[in-house]
Amino acid sequence: MTGTGDNRARLLALYTTMCRIRAFEETALAAHKAGEIPGPLHVSIGQEGVAAGLCLNLRLDDRITSNHRGHGHALAKGAGVAGMMEELFGRAGGHCRGKGGSMHIADFSVGMLGANGVVAGGIPIAVGAAQGLKLLGSDAIVACFFGDGAINRGPFLEGLNWAALYRLPVLFVCEDNGVAAFTATASVTAGPGVAARAASLGVPGVTVDGNDAAAVDAAASRLVAEIRAGSGPQLLHATTYRLTGHTSTDPAAWRLAADVEAARAAEPIGRLRDRLLAEGIAAAELDGIRGEALAEMSAARAAALTAPWPDPAVAWEDVQDCGAMQGAD
Amino acid sequence: MAEITLVEAARRAALQEMRRDPSIWVLGEDVARGGLFGQYRGFLEEFGESRIVSTPISESVIMGAGLGAALVGTRPIIEMRIFDFVMCAMDELVNQVAKVRYMFGGQAKPAVVIRMPHGIWRNSAAQHSQMLESWFTHIPGLVVVVPSTPADTAGLLVTALRSDDPVLFFDPKNLFPLTGEVPEVIAPIPFGQARHARRGDDLTIVTWSAIVPQVEEAAGMLAARGIAADVLDLRTLWPWDEAAVVASVARTGRLLVVHEAVTTGGFGAEVVARVIERLGTAQVKAVARLGQPRVPVPFAPPLEDALKVDTAKVVAAAEALMRS
Repeated sequence: MTGTGDNRARLLALYTTMCRIRAFEETALAAHKAGEIPGPLHVSIGQEGVAAGLCLNLRLDDRITSNHRGHGHALAKGAGVAGMMEELFGRAGGHCRGKGGSMHIADFSVGMLGANGVVAGGIPIAVGAAQGLKLLGSDAIVACFFGDGAINRGPFLEGLNWAALYRLPVLFVCEDNGVAAFTATASVTAGPGVAARAASLGVPGVTVDGNDAAAVDAAASRLVAEIRAGSGPQLLHATTYRLTGHTSTDPAAWRLAADVEAARAAEPIGRLRDRLLAEGIAAAELDGIRGEALAEMSAARAAALTAPWPDPAVAWEDVQDCGAMQGAD
Repeated sequence: MAEITLVEAARRAALQEMRRDPSIWVLGEDVARGGLFGQYRGFLEEFGESRIVSTPISESVIMGAGLGAALVGTRPIIEMRIFDFVMCAMDELVNQVAKVRYMFGGQAKPAVVIRMPHGIWRNSAAQHSQMLESWFTHIPGLVVVVPSTPADTAGLLVTALRSDDPVLFFDPKNLFPLTGEVPEVIAPIPFGQARHARRGDDLTIVTWSAIVPQVEEAAGMLAARGIAADVLDLRTLWPWDEAAVVASVARTGRLLVVHEAVTTGGFGAEVVARVIERLGTAQVKAVARLGQPRVPVPFAPPLEDALKVDTAKVVAAAEALMRS
C-alpha cells in the first residue's frame, strides 16, 4: 500500500472477495431452498468484511481454522469454488469428497485447516498448528476465526493462555455478531467482553468495526506483520451483524425489524461500494464485479447439481489406515 | 537383550523414535521433569524444551494442540498424565482427532499418539483408576493399544510413533515396575496381532492390559489342576486379532474373556459376540466374561480388593466354565 492506485486496488480486492462470498452464500441458500443441498447450512451474510479484510493479509502457507459459519473464511483464503460448492452438494468432487459438507469445509492446499461443527473447536487446533509451525522453523502464522459465543467455552481460556505462554504466532479473530445461535451474547456473557478477557490472558487485542472491510484490512495488516515478526499472539475483535438466521431454516423472526433495517444499512459490501464510488470508481465497474461473482457462483451451482455423487464405496475410505475394515462384513 | 521395567521399556521406545524422527515431540503436564512416572526421564536434556513441552493443566488444548501440530506435519506424543483426565478433552479427541481425516476427505493426517496410563493403581479411587478402553473401540478413526509386557509396550509404542493414525496408547500403570527382556534395538510390533501367552486345548482365555500377569498366573494354577488354558493377550483392541481368537475357540469350544474394566459393555462383550457370529452356537460350548462389577473403583483396600479381578477369580471363572 504505497500510493492511491495501490490503495484503490486493495479496496477493489476487498470488494471482489466480499461480493464472491455473498454471491456464493446467496446461491447456496437458493440451492438449499430448492432442495439441492442437504443438511444444515450456516451462512455469514453481512459478515464478509471480516473474512475478506483479514485473509487479504495472509500468505498461502499461513493457516486458518474456522467455525460452523466458514464459507467466507475458506473463500477468502483461496479455497476453490467448484470444490466448495460440490462439497455443499455432497458430490464426489467436493474438497472433502462429500464427507464433510458445509459445516466441515476444508482445503488444506490453501492452508484452510477446516471449519468446525463445535463452537470454539478450532481454537486448540489453531494454537497447536502455530506450535507445530514454530517447531518446524516456519514463519507462517495461523489465523483462528471464532464467534462471540466461543468466548464462554473453556478452550478459549485454555487456548489464549497457552498461545501467550509459548508466544505462538496466532491471530485470534473474534467475529462478534452479537448472537450465539439464537441467544443475544450480551445476555449470557459477564464482564467487559472478549478483548478484556484476552488482555487478562496476556493476549493484546484491538477492536474494529468488522463491517468496514478497509478497517479490518488495516488492523490485520499491522497485526499479521507483528505476529510474523515474533510478537506472540494477538486478538482482532471485529464487530459485525449476521443478517440472516442461525441456519438456512431460521427466519430469526425474534429480532426487531428496526435493528435489522439498521444493520442492513451498515452492511459491509454497500459501505465499501459507497466508498469506492466516492473515490471515483464507476458504478458500472462495481456492478460488473458483483455480476461476475454471481455468474461464477451460478455456474458452480449448475455444475455441482450435475456433478457425480460419491460412489458408496467411498464411505469406507479415509477412516484410518489400520483396522478400518474390521467388522465390515 | 536387557531385563528392564515396563516403564523403562516405554521410555526407551520413545527415545529411540525421537532420535530417529525430529518431527516427534512431547506435550503434557510435567513432561520436562520426566513425566509423572519417569517415562520421559532425561528427554529435556537431550531434546530441549521445544520438543519436550511441559504444559498448563489444560487438557482440551493439550489434546487439540497436539492435533493442530499434526495437521502441519509434526508427530506429537500427547501425554494425558493419567487416563481419567482425558475426559476433559473429549471434544478434542472424539469430535476432532478421530474425525478430521474422514470429515475432510483424507486431507488431514492426525498422526498423534495419545498416552493415557490407566487402571487400578495404589488405591487411587474412582477418578484415578478407570479402565474405559472399550469406549474408544466404538469410535471410528482411532487405534486402541493395550500392552501388558515391557517388550510389547516398547514394540507397540514404536509402531504407534510410525503410524499415521491417531493411536490411543493405554500404558498399564500398575505394571510399570514389571520387568522383562527388551531388545536394544526395538522393532515395531504390528497392531492387531495377539500374543499367544500360553497354549492349551481346554479353554480359551482372552485378556489384555494390567490384568494379564494374573491371568497367566491363573493359567499356571489351572494347569496344575489339569486344565490347559489357551491364553491370548490381545495387545490391541482396535484392530484386534479376531482370527487368532476364533481359531483358538474353534479348538477349545470354551471362551473366557478377562479384563480389569467393568464387565457390562466392556470389550469382552464384543469379543464374545464376534466369536459366536463366526463359529455359531454349535461349536461354542460355553462363554463367560470376568471383569469389575458395575461399581466405581472404591478407595479402601478391602473394598477395592473385593471388586477387582484377581488370580483366584480367574481360576474360579475358568473352572466354572469347564463345568458348564
